Amino acid sequence: MEKGMNLTLIVWRQKDAKSKGSFATYAARAVNPDMSFLEMLDVVNDDLIQRGEEPIAFDSDCREGICGSCSCVINGVPHGGQKATTACQLHMRMFKDGDTITIEPWRASAFPIVKDLVVDRSAFDRIIQAGGFVSVRTGGAPDGNAILVPKEDCDLAMDAAQCIGCGACVAACKNASAMLFVSAKVSHLGLLPQGQPERDRRVLNMVAQMDAEGFGSCTVTGSCEAVCPKEITLDNISRMNGDYAVAMVKGK
Amino acid sequence: MKLDSKIPSGPLGQKWDKHKFDLKLVSPANKRKFEVIVVGSGLAGSSAAATLAELGYSVKSFCYQDSPRRAHSIAAQGGINGAKNYQNDGDSVQRLFYDTIKGGDFRAREANVHRLAQTSVSIIDQCVAQGVPFAREYGGLLDNRSFGGAQVSRTFYARGQTGQQLLLGAYSALSRQIGLGTVKMYPRTEMLDLVVVDGHAKGIVVRDLVTGEVSSHAADAVVLATGGYGPVFYLSTNAIGCNVTATFRAFKKGAAFANPCYTQIHPTCIPVSGDHQSKLTLMSESLRNDGRVWVPKRKEDCSKSPSSIPDADRDYILERKYPSFGNLAPRDIASRAAKEACDEGRGVGPSGYGVYLDFAEAINRLGASKIRERYNNLFDMYERITGENAYQQPMRIYPAVHYTMGGLWVDYNLMSNLPGLFVLGEANFSDHGANRLGASALMQGLADGYFILPYTIGHYFASSKQARPKVDHAEFRKVEEEVSARTQRILAIKGKKAPRSFHRELGKLMWENCGMARSKQSLEANLKLIPELREEFWKNVNVTGEGSDLNQTLERAGRVADFLEFGELLSLDALTREESCGGHFRVEHQEEGECKRDDANFAHVAAWEFQGEGKAPLRHTEPLVYEEVHMSTRSYK
Repeated sequence: MEKGMNLTLIVWRQKDAKSKGSFATYAARAVNPDMSFLEMLDVVNDDLIQRGEEPIAFDSDCREGICGSCSCVINGVPHGGQKATTACQLHMRMFKDGDTITIEPWRASAFPIVKDLVVDRSAFDRIIQAGGFVSVRTGGAPDGNAILVPKEDCDLAMDAAQCIGCGACVAACKNASAMLFVSAKVSHLGLLPQGQPERDRRVLNMVAQMDAEGFGSCTVTGSCEAVCPKEITLDNISRMNGDYAVAMVKGK
Repeated sequence: MKLDSKIPSGPLGQKWDKHKFDLKLVSPANKRKFEVIVVGSGLAGSSAAATLAELGYSVKSFCYQDSPRRAHSIAAQGGINGAKNYQNDGDSVQRLFYDTIKGGDFRAREANVHRLAQTSVSIIDQCVAQGVPFAREYGGLLDNRSFGGAQVSRTFYARGQTGQQLLLGAYSALSRQIGLGTVKMYPRTEMLDLVVVDGHAKGIVVRDLVTGEVSSHAADAVVLATGGYGPVFYLSTNAIGCNVTATFRAFKKGAAFANPCYTQIHPTCIPVSGDHQSKLTLMSESLRNDGRVWVPKRKEDCSKSPSSIPDADRDYILERKYPSFGNLAPRDIASRAAKEACDEGRGVGPSGYGVYLDFAEAINRLGASKIRERYNNLFDMYERITGENAYQQPMRIYPAVHYTMGGLWVDYNLMSNLPGLFVLGEANFSDHGANRLGASALMQGLADGYFILPYTIGHYFASSKQARPKVDHAEFRKVEEEVSARTQRILAIKGKKAPRSFHRELGKLMWENCGMARSKQSLEANLKLIPELREEFWKNVNVTGEGSDLNQTLERAGRVADFLEFGELLSLDALTREESCGGHFRVEHQEEGECKRDDANFAHVAAWEFQGEGKAPLRHTEPLVYEEVHMSTRSYK
């Protein structure tokens, strides 16, 4: 008898965007506690392939918590509930033998399901395309040290810039609001001198795109902050609201 | 095949400026008439696509991820080199150039490396202007740290997430162009073949990973920025999706593949914990600034708790062997030292394949809060993966495959031997020789994309005058049919084994026989065993589902099929290179455990030309002519 945990997985299966999905139950046997959550799914998938069944589709790439691909809701919590941890960095030692684990995709109308646990997050890309940048073309930049940035501002900007765009904040929010994601980018650039010239139009354009994509409103419950694997804080939302108000007053 | 490097004449320091003046230009009004395909959206691909679009070209950008922001450059941790000399510690373009050439064990092209060092300063400026939050000092100036293979502090960083911040900078520039309509982005789209018309690369055939649809895209030039081939070893620090398919397909269409045997094994990765493992995780080289690498002097101490082993019974292997560089010896050298200690039975951890990276001394000297500020995310990551707290006990690390210096052959213009095919970043071979120094991959990716290709591609357009074919051209049809037939063939096998299981078996062969120590015998074994495994794959792989929707098993199978051919080419290159240099260590060629180069016979680039299925590829050479640097024996002692 192999050592390890035996688990029951209840997994959302959905053939494609148009089909109706449902839960299916699978057994995960002899799970090594040193495995990551996604490695556990790999093993389950290899078994399914062996039996000629279609494996569970899920997004993942770097598997070190930085690319933001992985996106599953584990036991009702995006990324599974370990503090500051993506699903790919969640390890099976957090579970115990005999556990039943429910696995679902991000659920938000702005993130349509592609297949099983895979969703379409291109709305996030379109929000960045609307204004999440500094408009500088390649070449002609001044010397890096010509722009002085106070360390405190730089550290705060970096705290916000760490966002990996995974979408857990949207999945956690009862309104499927994207405010934490958008505010992280608005804050990152708004805190730096390089971001000042476009500060007003950036926030207006990004918020307009966010609304157009069908994300819900923010009612400041903080569920986004609680699940964010990069610990992006609600302060960013306050900062963005401030920027938005100023930009509206200026009428830009 | 003629390998003309097109290195400009004149003194080394003036070649690039002279060349830029000599390159033909395309007028602003004509630029929009030229279409460029960029495959890959990492640092090289995103920066190239954004910059070409800014210049006025029509660009199509492709990536297999769901967003260009997720390309694997995102995972680079430690930093990016720039010869700014902000620290006043003796750095210069010349020194960065020399360190890189020497770090590459005198197997890189001199003129390319010099240009890279020159360009490095503009990259830092560009990234700062984009809003990349590089670490700052209290006075507001940029901070630096040191990295392996250098005795100056020239590395710019954003905590342990420099790659992420640089990629988000390039991604924001790319996003701006997508928003302006000058770049058309194709995410979740995989390039499955290159289309060559009248000897020029003129397009690609891709598969939409969501709908399974196979389609063609024609262009005036094709740019491959598709990264390296590390996952040929199965376990590596690369992402799950990283693959050799784009460059290997180009190889089969006539592009020469250069120095595939130059692979980098990174010394500081979290050791393997079991067979289930899907990847290995890097712990940034920057940790070696404050961490000391050691193993017990005596085998019998290996199972003891590290804190119970007194200093006198510890062997600080790098400090002992390489006193002048100490823990910051280059990667290939540090990796071999760790392997050597473990092979002697002095490795630590459950598998015996691990060495300590100990921060106790730095924590005592600087305080835990300083260490936390510098590396907190890395210590957290280490704890999540291993369950151990590295503030309280030393990290356990072991070398793992990390980067591949080999790649498609390119000339000074970054164009392959196939006209119209440009290759950037890790996907090309040109700048790192037989070993890459830390913080140089980000530098090269961005140099190629922001500052080199945008000049050289115009010269190709202005001088070649090759019409862009339409996608209904017979060659596109033919390649589309080949791609679809191959997909159908894989789906029809319905054997017994998952593609991942073949991948793991290939990885074991590559790691055992073609990893940190290679011999004639082990490489010959690979040349026999890999074709056998490949044959089994084509009889016994099981790909479930169909080709007309999102099918991750099918994607994996296609990539593994290419790795199963490429692994053989890599082993053949390693067998043919009868010397040791950088990351390529042939046990037959060593001197006191160090690499023994053979400059008389191997001071050249080896570029392989595909000769047809089932035929041995042809080896061509490009001599490495050093005008300025004297090829010496690398010493870090």
